[in-house]
Amino acid sequence: MTPDNSASLDIDTDSTPARLRLSGRLDAEHCADLWPRARAAMTQGAVVDTSAVDYCDGTGAALLFDLIQRGGTVEGLPERFAPLLAELEPDHPLIIPRRPPPPGVIATLGRVVAEVTLEARAAIVFIGEASAAFASVMRRPRELRLGETLRVATSAGADALPIVALIAFLLGVILSFQSAVPMRQFGAELFVANLVGLSLVRELAPLMTAVLLAGRTGAAFAAEIGTMKVNQEIDALVTMGLDPMRFLVLPRLIAVACTMPLLTLFAELIGMFGAALVLIGFGIPMATSASQIIDFVDMSDYLTGLFKSFVFGLGIAGIGCMRGLQTGSGARAVGAAATSADVRAIVMLVVADGLFAVAFYYLDW
Amino acid sequence: MDATVPSPIVATPTAEPLVRVENLTCAYGRNVVLRDVSFDVPRGEVLTILGGSGCGKSTLLKHMIGLEQPAQGRIWLAGEELTAAEGAARRRILASFGVAYQAGALFGSMTVLENVMLPLAAHSHLDLPARELVARLKLREVGLEQYADYAPAELSGGMQKRAAIARALALDPAILFLDEPSAGLDPITSAELDALILRLSRALSLTFIVVTHELASIFAIADRALMLDKQEKGIIAVGKPQDLRDHHPDPRVTRFFRRGEETQV
Ligand SMILES: Nc1ncnc2c1ncn2[C@@H]1O[C@H](COP(=O)(O)OP(=O)(O)OP(=O)(O)O)[C@@H](O)[C@H]1O
Ligand SMILES: [Mg+2]
Repeated sequence: MTPDNSASLDIDTDSTPARLRLSGRLDAEHCADLWPRARAAMTQGAVVDTSAVDYCDGTGAALLFDLIQRGGTVEGLPERFAPLLAELEPDHPLIIPRRPPPPGVIATLGRVVAEVTLEARAAIVFIGEASAAFASVMRRPRELRLGETLRVATSAGADALPIVALIAFLLGVILSFQSAVPMRQFGAELFVANLVGLSLVRELAPLMTAVLLAGRTGAAFAAEIGTMKVNQEIDALVTMGLDPMRFLVLPRLIAVACTMPLLTLFAELIGMFGAALVLIGFGIPMATSASQIIDFVDMSDYLTGLFKSFVFGLGIAGIGCMRGLQTGSGARAVGAAATSADVRAIVMLVVADGLFAVAFYYLDW
Repeated sequence: MDATVPSPIVATPTAEPLVRVENLTCAYGRNVVLRDVSFDVPRGEVLTILGGSGCGKSTLLKHMIGLEQPAQGRIWLAGEELTAAEGAARRRILASFGVAYQAGALFGSMTVLENVMLPLAAHSHLDLPARELVARLKLREVGLEQYADYAPAELSGGMQKRAAIARALALDPAILFLDEPSAGLDPITSAELDALILRLSRALSLTFIVVTHELASIFAIADRALMLDKQEKGIIAVGKPQDLRDHHPDPRVTRFFRRGEETQV
């Protein structure tokens, strides 16, 4: 590196006022070392001699600005660079907006309560608007976007068959194996089919399918609609007089509500098949397992399971769409919308499943 | 970098051009946008790229900054061949220029200030207070001093544009590419931006390659203008904006400037 391709700082503290002599190239590369030294050596009224500066870009000008703000006077800056410094208005200190202090415990508590209330309100409004849109589509079925509904049904339903099959099969196999081993001690392997069949139909198949759907489809709805929101596509819909509820939300709700019970039924069958396969290993032929299940599991069990999965599907799709429509701005907001759609859908599943359990107990279904 | 002191005002082309584009052909798949384009940009020049919408200005810029691979031809930046460089060499070339994209392209997860500080953190050894001061002063220059702590999404379109320009300028790189910097800005802010460009090009001999339609801005800042055309898929005129307006034989060129003149008054 040639000498005139570097920068140096000489500090003369003996003279009054103190003198700082800067020379060479004042740019981002060469200011890095001498800036902290200059800052430390700065005293009120010190003179900054810049007559030997060969080059001074924005970073150099910022250094001089800093020294002036700390009470220095810049002398001898080559005329060529003077406008750069003048433009920074070195006599005016920087305006640094003060950040508000972090809120205290009580304020945080209040804010959380307010947020929860607002969110509940938003959910009620959303349900109302969706119902209104549904009612208007019932009156004029042509208003439903059938193509979009079928597209969503394909991607949320048919495309999910492999992963649902995989999980349901695993579930059936594990359940029957884990229960067949202890049941054998009582010679009751035969009833494993009853146990697995009933728990799949009433609880596990609806729940597992719903959890899969929440991760696969609910989050995708939130991301898709959220991106549309960020790109102002939602605004464009509204200003064109197209209701996003009818245009975007309703096709998704209907598609998921229709496909979810079918997916659940599929999961039940695959799960039972897996269980029956395991039971063959315990000496129970598949036909026996099948007739056990057919005798033991009632139609009402199937209907409660499918009704649950219908409600779960509506809830997951609704939460996904609602989170999407509530997306803030920027790429990060889309990610946050997708994540929170997933989490909220699962919380909703747990709560709804608990409520169903209590309700069905009292109704004696 | 150049070791010699740059001469005060560089208007005349120097021996070695800072940017050289040679027989460049740009295509998206089989759709050829520009064919066999060549030009040089000397150090310290402000070059504006003009032309109708969709004629390939942004495409040319994207090729010059290495975002797209040319179908044919070569590009040199600061004496190094961008089109041939790989790995560390390519990264070094990429760090030697600043870009303000047509749509701003600020990082939404950072504040405006952090956006401007990012190139300083990546390519300099300045300590944190110094980086913050430099970034705040850049924001002061584009009139966004008060908005340092805002998220980009909380700014208006024109403000985002100015923040993107501040980020591109953070290191005062030797070459600056600006894609329609004044689109969406009011005339006064746009004139201030022109003044900023002129100040930097005069004092520091920075080289600017600016895509713009603003005639006022072209006449204010451009040493040379380069006009592209969609039909020709190439350059139809190069020269001082005044000469293009007054003496160019091609009616497409004069019309571009004249129309602007009519609407200016
Ligand atoms: N990513 C892409 N893929 C395919 N074609 C593209 C792509 N980007 C641009 N084009 C095509 O290249 C041509 C030039 O586009 P470009 O964006 O360069 O125009 P421009 O001159 O910058 O226009 P404007 O002034 O409207 O910004 C257009 O015809 C466009 O259709
Ligand atoms: Mg463009």
